[in-house]
Amino acid sequence: MKIIVCVKQVPDAKDVRLDPVTNTLAREGVQSIMNPYDQHALEEAVRLKEIHGGEVVVVTMGPPQAEEMLRLAISCGADSAFLVSDRSFAGADTWATSYTLEHALKKIGNFDLILCGKQAIDGDTAQVGPGLATRLGIPYLTCVQKVREGNSTGLIVERMMDDGYDVVSVDLPALLTVVKNINEPRVPSLKGKMKAKKAEIIKLSAEDIGADPACIGLPGSPTKVVNVFPPEARGGRSVLTGTLDEQLDQLVDKLIPYL
Amino acid sequence: MLKVSKELCIGCGICEDHCPFGAITVEGGLAIVSDTCTLCGACVESCEVEALSLDVKAKQVQDDLASWTGVMVFCEYRRGELAPVSLELLGVGRELADKRGAKLTALLLGHETSKTADLLIGHGADVVYLVDHEELREFRDDCYSQVSAALILKYKPEIVLAGATAIGRSFIPGVATVLNAGLTADCTKLEIREEDGALLQTRPAFGGNIMATIVSESTRPQMATVRPKVMKELEFDAARKGSIVEVTPTKEQLQSRVQVLESVVAEAGSVNIQEADILVSGGRGLENAKGFELIRELAETLGAKVSASRAVVDAGWIPYPHQVGQTGKTVAPKLYIACGISGAVQHVAGMQSAETIVAINRDEHATIFDVADFGIVGDLFEIIPKLIRKIGERR
Repeated sequence: MKIIVCVKQVPDAKDVRLDPVTNTLAREGVQSIMNPYDQHALEEAVRLKEIHGGEVVVVTMGPPQAEEMLRLAISCGADSAFLVSDRSFAGADTWATSYTLEHALKKIGNFDLILCGKQAIDGDTAQVGPGLATRLGIPYLTCVQKVREGNSTGLIVERMMDDGYDVVSVDLPALLTVVKNINEPRVPSLKGKMKAKKAEIIKLSAEDIGADPACIGLPGSPTKVVNVFPPEARGGRSVLTGTLDEQLDQLVDKLIPYL
Repeated sequence: MLKVSKELCIGCGICEDHCPFGAITVEGGLAIVSDTCTLCGACVESCEVEALSLDVKAKQVQDDLASWTGVMVFCEYRRGELAPVSLELLGVGRELADKRGAKLTALLLGHETSKTADLLIGHGADVVYLVDHEELREFRDDCYSQVSAALILKYKPEIVLAGATAIGRSFIPGVATVLNAGLTADCTKLEIREEDGALLQTRPAFGGNIMATIVSESTRPQMATVRPKVMKELEFDAARKGSIVEVTPTKEQLQSRVQVLESVVAEAGSVNIQEADILVSGGRGLENAKGFELIRELAETLGAKVSASRAVVDAGWIPYPHQVGQTGKTVAPKLYIACGISGAVQHVAGMQSAETIVAINRDEHATIFDVADFGIVGDLFEIIPKLIRKIGERR
């Protein structure tokens, strides 16, 4: 089974905040990490390879610095890695990103399964996976929490719904996006780290993948960010005072209208 | 490309401070742009000496832009029930359609939807496109996407809205891709831009730490998924007139490579915390799974549903569908009572749009008090039983 895992390098979201006064990003000490959901996608791919044999290929669209993340992916069990990188990809929205990945994947060759994280924690859109599958003309399932069984022609998986989950069968090739409770990602082994150090990261430019300049980066993106601002702050710190009984009485006064 | 004029740049570093992506550094008195630049333009506006400029071709404008009119709302129907967000979408959809002087249409997919179409008209729809078919009983991305895309192409609405639910967030990106349309996820605010009538779509990003307003100027339809519980539904008006158009999907549209074998509902009906008016939420301060019983008891007293922080879900005290926060669900109940939750950024991101927030925590410095409307500092094992008793006495 040849499995492609799409990964993204993201700023660690817990560190990212807009300064409410200057309206700029406070980014001191913000680390770049592999999108947490993608770590679970990679782990699932490596587990499926361990069961069914085959290979795991990781692909990212990102700046040259993303190479570090791809080496981490190799140390965690991926066999090869592609860095799709070009200045002209800058400013891509999910439409242009799925276009770019589609062309990159066509260049990389055949596959049986594509795994993605449910969403990236910087944009939280959850749109690139479904977009990519649609472009490739393959079925997709989102928010997969378990791969129950599978062979080279199809899989049976559990996909989360708002009220529980559906057990679904899907023909391969297909694309799945995964949630965190699908597995517990492994830490890189020493052997993996050695392999990652020596691995060749294959770089693909816009020209290499035959991308139409009108469909990539900011000029190719249907959506455009016109304003960025901090969320409205909620009222200040508010702690009730008095004895516990008095506080509870005040609280009950406030709660009663809701009951 | 972002261009820096060597002549004009004075190396002041203001752009460096304004760059949301850390893509600019000032070296030797000149701003240097790295590959992490996303061409957002924040620096261009910040530069006081006009040394920065964006040289970007705009997205090619779709030829038939003007022929797309009206607002279409996807109404979600599953297991004999309409998802409440559908009515909320009709509420905001009505407002947008009126502002544009156009029709509000509803797209209803499912099987045995009985009187639901009438309900949609009573809540604001001018036309309901009803696609009632056995093959649409279960949700399957490919069928839903193919049927919806075909109807959107036929009726050409300039705006298409769907709920940011598991279903909406899953198949709508497929539809947008087929239509080559811009799509904005998880919107919390939708407005019409005065000058050109474009849809301004505001959404949280970075786990709620940042809000961004997005437009799709040059393509149609403009598509958005909208968070449940944010928009207001219109009151049902039986006198409202509208038409129901029954649509028969083609065989090709119903073709699927996916089969739903079984639907498992977690804790029958009690789990969808996004639809709850009151949530009692427990965190690590409950110490163990047994402590969590206290939360259930308080929830029962208040007629509330139970939710939790990530720590508690990770510890296995309660299953994942109850988790609030960046990696769980985003909720906006009327009342949110956080018990023993410290208030990590990721948690707050998922509940800060609640109308009223109550926090009970023993640590007076806990950040949860920063977002609380009413806070009590103390031992929740003492406070919650007393609170339950007092509520009982007052009712």
